Amino acid sequence: MTGETAAEAGGVALEITDLHKSFDGNHVLRGVSLSVATHEVICLIGASGSGKSTLLRCVNLLEPIDGGRISLFGHEITGPGIDANKVRRQIGIVFQSFNLFPHMTVLRNITLAPMKVLGQPRAQAEEEARGLLSRFGLLDKRDDYPDRLSGGQQQRVAIVRALAMRPRIMLLDEVTSALDPELVAEVLEVIGELAAGGMTMLIATHEMGFARETASRVCFLEEGRIIEQAPPGELFTAPQDERTRRFLRRIVEAKRL
Amino acid sequence: MIAGGFGAAGRGPRLLSGGGRRATVISTVSTVAVLAVIVAVFALAPGARTVAHAFFYPRDMWQSFVGEPRKGLYSVGAAIWLNIRMFLVAEILILAFALFIALIRQSAHPALFPIRLLATGYVDFFRGVPLILVVFALGLGVPGLYLPVISYQHDVVYGVAALVLSYSAYVSEVYRAGLNSVHRSQVAAARSLGLSQRAALRYVILPQAVRNVIPPLLNDFISLQKDTALVGVLGVIEANQAANIYSSLTFNFSSFTVAAILFLVLTIPLARFTDRLIERDRRRRLAWVAA
Repeated sequence: MTGETAAEAGGVALEITDLHKSFDGNHVLRGVSLSVATHEVICLIGASGSGKSTLLRCVNLLEPIDGGRISLFGHEITGPGIDANKVRRQIGIVFQSFNLFPHMTVLRNITLAPMKVLGQPRAQAEEEARGLLSRFGLLDKRDDYPDRLSGGQQQRVAIVRALAMRPRIMLLDEVTSALDPELVAEVLEVIGELAAGGMTMLIATHEMGFARETASRVCFLEEGRIIEQAPPGELFTAPQDERTRRFLRRIVEAKRL
Repeated sequence: MIAGGFGAAGRGPRLLSGGGRRATVISTVSTVAVLAVIVAVFALAPGARTVAHAFFYPRDMWQSFVGEPRKGLYSVGAAIWLNIRMFLVAEILILAFALFIALIRQSAHPALFPIRLLATGYVDFFRGVPLILVVFALGLGVPGLYLPVISYQHDVVYGVAALVLSYSAYVSEVYRAGLNSVHRSQVAAARSLGLSQRAALRYVILPQAVRNVIPPLLNDFISLQKDTALVGVLGVIEANQAANIYSSLTFNFSSFTVAAILFLVLTIPLARFTDRLIERDRRRRLAWVAA
């Protein structure tokens, strides 16, 4: 199944090999290996504390890793002498808590990195930002400060901010978990649109319905390991591993699937 | 900054606002009553006439304000300009130097450990030593070293240096509180966009940190305005020293009253300005909760 998608896309975007990460003796990632082809959308599911967020933060080099290696588009990014700032330019990450810059308008939030990191002139950065904002229906919010926006709007702006750097891969870390239920749909819609546009994405999520609809592959994590991975049709209907079955049963009991 | 304030007086936060004309009448009556009591206590005191003569004698107040060069009396009104100039120069230097100290103390790099230790020692030392001793130490000690250039400066320079050393220790702690008040996730967000550590600090962390501590910063500067008077112990003719000379030659303290009034004229606008900023900040937060 992976082979098919990878062959179509003709390239490996992300290759994680035997990744280990501990926090103060707490072994959070215990040998994660995962290969993501370009244009693939991978959803990571699993209980809180299973290592989904840590995995994403390691890929973005926000956390130093303890063992294993990560390659991005064929280049190892975890070796010594790697310029983390250059690596991060290719990766867009969106966090659960939005993390917009509260002292800047929406437009400035989006143009900051293109101007300061890519050296774009202000006019160009603003024009591109306006284009992205109008594409996601946020153009009228461009001069507002983040605290005047709803959670859903803030999260969409955060996605636009990441997209403004023209990343080759997006990492989404439970981006709907902090939202009121009625605001989840507008954010998922945006992500669905990105997926349809061919963006390579690695998504940690609790939204099983969304994962089933959007993912090309779903990975179930438990205790820092990928227990099982399969296309959503297989994983949600015929899970092979007992631990996956137990997790999904709990989700169904909670009426989340 | 100095011109900006008086209009704001009385427009502070009214936590217990009663509203409307009635409130205005009540507050006016109570203000008059309180003032009347204070004046009455002062006027009815057994030594009231003597004190009024020594501290509030109009002729001496005017004479000390304008000065009398023929009798060797300095003008307190002219001397206050030196306080203002010392304050302005010291303030700029303190803002820069204190930020430098705060950033060193906040740095995490292991190679900077000795510098961090030095900065911590600096802050501990100058927060612990009374400012007046620092003024004496610099003003009397440094010239005695007979170092080239450094030992041959005007006393005002040593005075301002003492203010900068002492206040930077306090202000660096204010900055540090501000830096700590910015959530770590802001750093993660900035770095994940590819911003370098320096760019993240400059565009994302510092603006938020400084905004969060503007009221305490201004508070320290109100205090600094008054403490410029301590430079007078080196014989520099600033307002307090001019008043001191006047009183020792005329045996009348009205010159000190003049100096006090001039300091109030400087500090009250800044205090009102600070109140206004705090109020604006509060309103913005309320507006956010309401929205």
